[in-house]
Amino acid sequence: MTRIIVVTSGKGGVGKTTTSAAVAMGLAQRGHRTVVIDFDVGLRNIDLIMGCERRVVYDFINVINGEANINQAMIRDKRCNDLYILPTSQTKDKEALTKKGVGKVLDELSESFDYIVCDSPAGIEHGAKMAMYFADDAIVVTNPEVSSVRDSDRMLGILASKSRRAENNQEPIKEYLLLTRYSPQRVKQGEMLHVDDVQEILSLHLLGVIPESQAVLSASNAGKPVILDDKSDAGEAYADVVERYLGQELPHRFLEVQRKGLLGRLFGG
Amino acid sequence: MSVNLSEESAQVSAFELKGSTFTLPLLKLLVPDMELVSGQLAHKVEQAPDFFRNTPVIIDLQSLASGDTGVDFPLLVGLLRGYGMLPIGVRGGNRSQNDAAHAMELAILADGRPPKPERSSRSETTQESVVVNAAAPVVGAEAGSRMITRPVRSGQRVYAPVGDLVILSQVSSGAEVLAAGNIHVYGALRGRALAGVKGNRECRIFCHDLQAELVSVAGNYRISEHIEDSKRGKPVQIYLKDDALIIDEL
Repeated sequence: MTRIIVVTSGKGGVGKTTTSAAVAMGLAQRGHRTVVIDFDVGLRNIDLIMGCERRVVYDFINVINGEANINQAMIRDKRCNDLYILPTSQTKDKEALTKKGVGKVLDELSESFDYIVCDSPAGIEHGAKMAMYFADDAIVVTNPEVSSVRDSDRMLGILASKSRRAENNQEPIKEYLLLTRYSPQRVKQGEMLHVDDVQEILSLHLLGVIPESQAVLSASNAGKPVILDDKSDAGEAYADVVERYLGQELPHRFLEVQRKGLLGRLFGG
Repeated sequence: MSVNLSEESAQVSAFELKGSTFTLPLLKLLVPDMELVSGQLAHKVEQAPDFFRNTPVIIDLQSLASGDTGVDFPLLVGLLRGYGMLPIGVRGGNRSQNDAAHAMELAILADGRPPKPERSSRSETTQESVVVNAAAPVVGAEAGSRMITRPVRSGQRVYAPVGDLVILSQVSSGAEVLAAGNIHVYGALRGRALAGVKGNRECRIFCHDLQAELVSVAGNYRISEHIEDSKRGKPVQIYLKDDALIIDEL
């Protein structure tokens, strides 16, 4: 049974696209056929983060409008055979997304994929609603910061009431909290919300904590999902997240200030 | 530069759909006897003909909803229109009355809605609403009280029109919970809570952890800034004593 995962947040710039790319790559690396779809029409990003921006011919909107079939639009990742990317249009706008059109594409993809990762745009308007409407699971990406937490809470309310599962009185979307850009140093100094505080305010199951990391920027500039940088803290944290999503119980890492040894402090890194 | 006309017209909206509120006169029907209605209505119109001319009215059937009393809608509508009124809808009717009204192309309107803390009790308000509010899922909704088992999230509004509201989780900041009766929050109350919204001054608000943005009993409200620090974060009950809102630790 295909699982449709929406990566959403409400707030912008918290790490949805970074997470979509990392989680999709992580699932594919573990042998599951995965496709990641960009729902941010007009502000497309997944193609850049995945490093396939020079191979885009047709896109998600072309498929919805019947101008191309899905196999013409999907791009296979060069690094992992089980991973596909469905980019979106840069020239059209969100009105091009329709419930019927999106549903049809997802139905077709469900026939041959294990996981469909939907990268949601920011906000709670049409694009975000289309991205989450068909979801089975939702990863709510949150920064440990008051306005991000409130926006995530708003998004959780919408997930609980405006999704297809909610409308048909089925089992609700399974919600996961992903805390990103966490800095234990700043938490210790009292400048940033602690992970326990965020969990208390949102009362949501914690999928993982991704530390603030320079590796994220380097990875997106290089067009490779940060999970491939397996020496970096962010890369390792995303690997943990994928394992936890697939059912493994792992302790949460990167929550404490790392104490560097003498050599570490001399040579940095 | 040539402009693609079809692209341009596709971007210009033809209309906007919005929710709006109007204050309209309500004709509360107390007897089904159209002759009696006609006579008394003629007298009223004579006293203030301009008030009734071209006035949209709502017909309230609550007094006649119990039992089998059928209302002769064609006659009633004709009567009202004859005096210049524009009957546009009904509320509070039973199933068969609503069907009859529907046949006369009258709208079936909702039976009252949660009023804001300050509102005049003289005129009735009807709301033309195109936007649907997201509601938290309801478990075990018996006649009399509502029970919510999942967190009430920011932006959601939960209303118990009759009786108490019990919430077995938290109420997030930016959420609103309202009840005609008492409100019990078995968790943190971070949003707005309004008890006794239909005027019952005996109602109370109970919560495990007071961090509310606004609390109100029967229209008497207090905002977060005016809640004493000593009461924050504690289990409390909030009630009216004379005209003052009291917050007591439980």
